[in-house]
Amino acid sequence: MKPFATITSKLIPLPQRNVDTDQIIPARYLKVTDKAGLAEGLFHDWRYNPQGTENPDFVLNQPDYQTANILLVGDNFGCGSSREHAPWALIGWGIQAVISTSFADIFRNNALKNRLLPIVVDEEMLGSLFDLALEAPNAAVTIDLSTQTLSLPDGSTVEFPIDAFARQCLLEGVDQLGYIRSFEDQISAYEIEQGISIIR
Amino acid sequence: MPKTLFEKIWQSHVVAQEPDSPAVLYIDLHLVHEVTSPQAFSGLRQKYLKVRRPERTVATMDHSTPTKGLSLSLVDDMAAKQIRQFQTNCQEFGVPLYDMDSNERGIVHVVGPEQGFTQPGMTIVCGDSHTSTHGAFGALAFGIGTSEVEHVLATQCLLQYRPKTCLVNFDGELQPGVTSKDMILALIAEIGIGGGTGYVFEYAGSAVRVLDMEARMTLCNMTIEAGARAGMIAPDEVTFEYLKGRPHAPQGEDWDAAVEYWRSLPSDPGAIYDREITIDVSSLEPMLTYGTNPGMGVSVGSPIPDPQTVSDPGQREALEGALRYMDLTPGKSLDGQKVDVVFLGSCTNGRISDLRQAASLLKGRKVANDVRLLVVPGSEKVRAQAEAEGIDEIVRQAGGEWRFAGCSMCIAMNGDQLEPGQYAVSTSNRNFEGRQGKGGRTFLASPLTAAASAVTGKITDPRTLNKT
Repeated sequence: MKPFATITSKLIPLPQRNVDTDQIIPARYLKVTDKAGLAEGLFHDWRYNPQGTENPDFVLNQPDYQTANILLVGDNFGCGSSREHAPWALIGWGIQAVISTSFADIFRNNALKNRLLPIVVDEEMLGSLFDLALEAPNAAVTIDLSTQTLSLPDGSTVEFPIDAFARQCLLEGVDQLGYIRSFEDQISAYEIEQGISIIR
Repeated sequence: MPKTLFEKIWQSHVVAQEPDSPAVLYIDLHLVHEVTSPQAFSGLRQKYLKVRRPERTVATMDHSTPTKGLSLSLVDDMAAKQIRQFQTNCQEFGVPLYDMDSNERGIVHVVGPEQGFTQPGMTIVCGDSHTSTHGAFGALAFGIGTSEVEHVLATQCLLQYRPKTCLVNFDGELQPGVTSKDMILALIAEIGIGGGTGYVFEYAGSAVRVLDMEARMTLCNMTIEAGARAGMIAPDEVTFEYLKGRPHAPQGEDWDAAVEYWRSLPSDPGAIYDREITIDVSSLEPMLTYGTNPGMGVSVGSPIPDPQTVSDPGQREALEGALRYMDLTPGKSLDGQKVDVVFLGSCTNGRISDLRQAASLLKGRKVANDVRLLVVPGSEKVRAQAEAEGIDEIVRQAGGEWRFAGCSMCIAMNGDQLEPGQYAVSTSNRNFEGRQGKGGRTFLASPLTAAASAVTGKITDPRTLNKT
């Protein structure tokens, strides 16, 4: 796995709270058996009108944001279903980080396993970032995972918290399954202690 | 040091724990379904790994499966391909599967308890957020993503940070016609859909103790809708009675030893929780959602909140957006709101007691003109039991559709779905935009409220219909 670099991009503002994973990717797109190609379903029912035409008002359809890769959203992003298709679809579209005040537990876990950074800022900072995205839509911010900082166009920086273990895995390119497998001896010992070696 | 139910299970399952790292947690039971597992099996194949404990892995198909019949020709090509891939994966990796032709197949969260796989004290995971259902037995059960499904298949372990604990006391006694579905909708309405993030809930109190196992499962099932990691209920005689004699429950001497262990699991007196919530259910009325997330709930006769009275701009906009999508008027109650479809089923309310409750109101009555009633049992065992009791006939004579088991219109992946703009009263768990079909509008409610609404064609307080 390749180590994580910094992300510099303008912000894609989506000022909605409680964006659930059914909105991020509707269930009818979950019939796939691989991870590729899910970007087509990303926010599908917000990106398209009921007649199937593109909704020009939706932020991801606006020409300015086609190459941007930081999504700015309201509280509790990714609530609902455990579908990992949500981060797969976001990554497939080109999103590399999501900034919010809070994330749903399962979504956050899924995101970190797919090199999608869930960046938590306080409510005041989120408001400032939405103001920035509105007033200076082309201004870029930089996310540096190694220093856990978000650098703003005015030169100021904001620190953000992130799961220390996941951060280290991303920075050093450590595979989490490989990490668990390094405990093979302990897992086997636990199974013997619990009498689990007996096949039911 | 007194311990909570959660702490006892957590501590007995930590295999390893390094500083500043998540625990390596042993998983006793891994439930698998066709939608969130294909990429995990592919991952195993790429890495030349096996399933470590196929005998602790249970597979069933439920999300993409047809309910009009059992032939895969009844679903679209992608769904059929996904199901076939799942059959291949289970066969190749030696995972026992409740296949389409099994008379024990069903929704994963119905099958686990029904077969006795789900037991107190276990750690249980599934690539499905409603895994919280199994906490009703005093297990630590939660949903995981597909990467984690791969981790558990390969190692029978999962990386987890220890969540915080919250005791939720439901005090008092429920009025007739009010159910555990109403309890959980009331809790989520009170604390919000992010209100439980980072916590494991333990449900306790007089109103929980008197619930049967199926009602307890309904309560734990929707815990995830408050954002909590898991919901749990201490095991007791009701739990043991339910499990005794189930195919995969311990038998004979093993049973006695298991019960002895299970009796040690309830939280010790004086155990400390990070947070406590108390709700008095004595005056609780049938609840419904009016908006586009499960936290937007009100009692059947109460007014839909008015955005004008909400001071926080973000919350106001969210409420305005939800009412626009639902095309509802603030200030009015939901009582009497026109309904197009009634869906009875899902891992929340697709068990035999749910169908019996609905049948008690449907018996001898007809579904209102222009209303479609869809009844989908949670498992093939539930279907067989309901048919033995004549519930299928009650549904058909009322003018409803009686189906084979599956998730069906709860997630609308198999062709069972709402048309744009349609209003549904649904016993399922999510009312997100488009959840039950693109453009569809969902009111979550109990089986009693759903059945009463099917009969009148509008949202109806079930206590106003007499049992026949």
